[in-house]
Amino acid sequence: MNAIASLTRATLTKDLRLEWRSKDAINSMLFFSLLVVVIFSFSFDPTAEESRQIAGGLVWVAFLFAAVVALNQTWAREMRNQVLDSYRVSPAPPNALFLAKVLGNFIFVTVLQALMTPLFIVFYNLRALGPAYQLPIVAALGTWALVVNGTFFAAMSLRTRSREIMLPLLLFPISIPALLAMVEATGAILTGDFSARFWIVLLAAYDVVFTIASLFLFGFVLQAE
Amino acid sequence: MVAGVGSFAPRAGETPAPARAVLSSVAMLPAVIVTDLVKQFGRFAALRGVSAEFAPGRLYAILGDNGAGKTTLLRALAGLIPPTRGKISILGTTNLRSVCGQLGYMAHPSLLYDEMSGMENLRYFARLYGVSNRGQNENDQRCADVIRAVKLDPSLTRPVGQYSQGMRQRMSLARALLNDPKILLLDEPFSNVDMRSAREMVSLLTGLRDSGKTIFVVTHQASLLEGAADEFVHMEAGQIVSRTAGLRPAEAR
Amino acid sequence: MKRVFPILAVFTGGLLSYALYEALRGAPTEQTMGEVQRIFYYHVPSAWTAFILFFFNFFASVTYLIWRTNKADIVALVTAEVGVIFCTVVLVTGPIWARPVWGIWWTWDLRLTLTLVLWLIYVSYLVLRRFSSSGQTPLLAAVLAVFGALDVPLVYFSIWFFRTQHPQPVVGGGGSIDPRMLHVLLINWLAFSCFAALVCWSRYRLEVLRRAVDETLALEALLEPPARTSRSGSAG
Repeated sequence: MNAIASLTRATLTKDLRLEWRSKDAINSMLFFSLLVVVIFSFSFDPTAEESRQIAGGLVWVAFLFAAVVALNQTWAREMRNQVLDSYRVSPAPPNALFLAKVLGNFIFVTVLQALMTPLFIVFYNLRALGPAYQLPIVAALGTWALVVNGTFFAAMSLRTRSREIMLPLLLFPISIPALLAMVEATGAILTGDFSARFWIVLLAAYDVVFTIASLFLFGFVLQAE
Repeated sequence: MVAGVGSFAPRAGETPAPARAVLSSVAMLPAVIVTDLVKQFGRFAALRGVSAEFAPGRLYAILGDNGAGKTTLLRALAGLIPPTRGKISILGTTNLRSVCGQLGYMAHPSLLYDEMSGMENLRYFARLYGVSNRGQNENDQRCADVIRAVKLDPSLTRPVGQYSQGMRQRMSLARALLNDPKILLLDEPFSNVDMRSAREMVSLLTGLRDSGKTIFVVTHQASLLEGAADEFVHMEAGQIVSRTAGLRPAEAR
Repeated sequence: MKRVFPILAVFTGGLLSYALYEALRGAPTEQTMGEVQRIFYYHVPSAWTAFILFFFNFFASVTYLIWRTNKADIVALVTAEVGVIFCTVVLVTGPIWARPVWGIWWTWDLRLTLTLVLWLIYVSYLVLRRFSSSGQTPLLAAVLAVFGALDVPLVYFSIWFFRTQHPQPVVGGGGSIDPRMLHVLLINWLAFSCFAALVCWSRYRLEVLRRAVDETLALEALLEPPARTSRSGSAG
């Protein structure tokens, strides 16, 4: 257990350091996120009252697009120079690698959300009428849901043709309950009309189920040819 | 590390090696046994039933044209490719996953991160191989030692992506040596490498072989290994067609 | 075993005809909806059949993950394919029913939405099977099937709660059902299940044969002396 934790930390640190050095993905991703927010704002220009109701959906769809672009390059560095082979040959527990990638993606997508959220608030004049403290909880649980399955399916799509399209194709259907929960919870908090509690519990259940499933099954996917 | 070099029993159809000093006459179990190995990718048969035994403490050069199955064989030994049929036994077990800590693998892609320096790369891979459980300083020491063994400078901060091909291959070899593996699997280590680097790698490999490691080198350039390899294994169309002993200078180092 | 298939086929044919008759003529006409309601006898049994098939898919996938048998993989493939077809029937008959009766094409009805999500998941499963390299397909597909199956209860609860917050029309009418209608419903379900079993069986045999052919061709390629000209193979 300790070995997994220390290897996860080492891998995560390595990934963050690499990302910081090249700033490959982060710069283009930040700009992409900005574009997404602006385009959505042009497309949906509701009144303040309406916007509170649909903001949940808008925001999370925008996050979803940004997340998919981020997820698609999860394994890009490992595919270059076949680094993944050195993982497969080593005695290292595959789950450490998986957890590190999920955490890295989580941080990455959260950074993108941190950029996009203020813009959405500005463009849509958003204000939470319900308990605003629940919003970060929803954001964290929702992001984890997308990222844990996304990282897993990104690894699966490495073995397929049309890699970039396979990831969203596999991710979206399975994520539907989580997406519904995120959207409804955000809407509930912003409008203050309903309690978001059920949705938060559902998201937590979703996260637990799929984190366990991914940890259990990742070894198979990594060792696949 | 495996100590001692065993004498080998001559196999059918093979000429006995020229006489050389043996340190012990105790016959050792083969390091690698391959039985009827078949690998098919769809209809393409990369390996068509390879059977062989490889003794420990030897340097084997695997030669053949493109499509002969050399890389497939090596990757199957490394556990990267599950065979369609047949058995592989390494260090006495068919559960390759259990001995993967004793294997070192190197291929034409460098298996390193281009954006990090050699030392940073190795520090990370040392953790993968569980080398670093002894603590930071010992870890760094091991990495530095291994980098020096391939005649590179541990303090070089240049990212690996900017190395010449020769340097990159040597660093990749260093990575493969981190866990002090008993068996080394090298796939085309000398391709596109300058002569000097290649010769240095060969002399390093013979030194490793002399200390008891079993080394498999897949290469097109048989000439580089003349005088170093114990045996040349010729493959063609997915099978081993012949094994010829290498001529080595008498053990007078 | 060989004789069972034609017998089952004839029995299924008879049952389907009887079920069709019952659905179109035998069953009583519904009070409010009229004749259109008869589509109910296709809509609901198709849904149940699809769910059962996906259940089998889950079991076959888990079996494959544990024992790696070829048969388990084929069963998983077959049940997914036929299941998707029955799902499609549900998704087509739903709007056809809803439009004349409730005036809308679509509604986030529990059964309908659940079927839609299952359809999406299993279509993505079939796409994965098609797009992955043949060596790894069974393993990856089995993993995805497990994920899909784990998702189902979460989908159910999320839609159920969504509907309590945003009330929507129910396609299919809630409440009690006339016993004669129930009888016709069950007859149709039995007929559909037999039909599904028949189609699965055929498809299973087809797939077994297809794989046997592939294996024979592969074995031939293995045994024949290789061409002396240079290969384009990338291996070694």
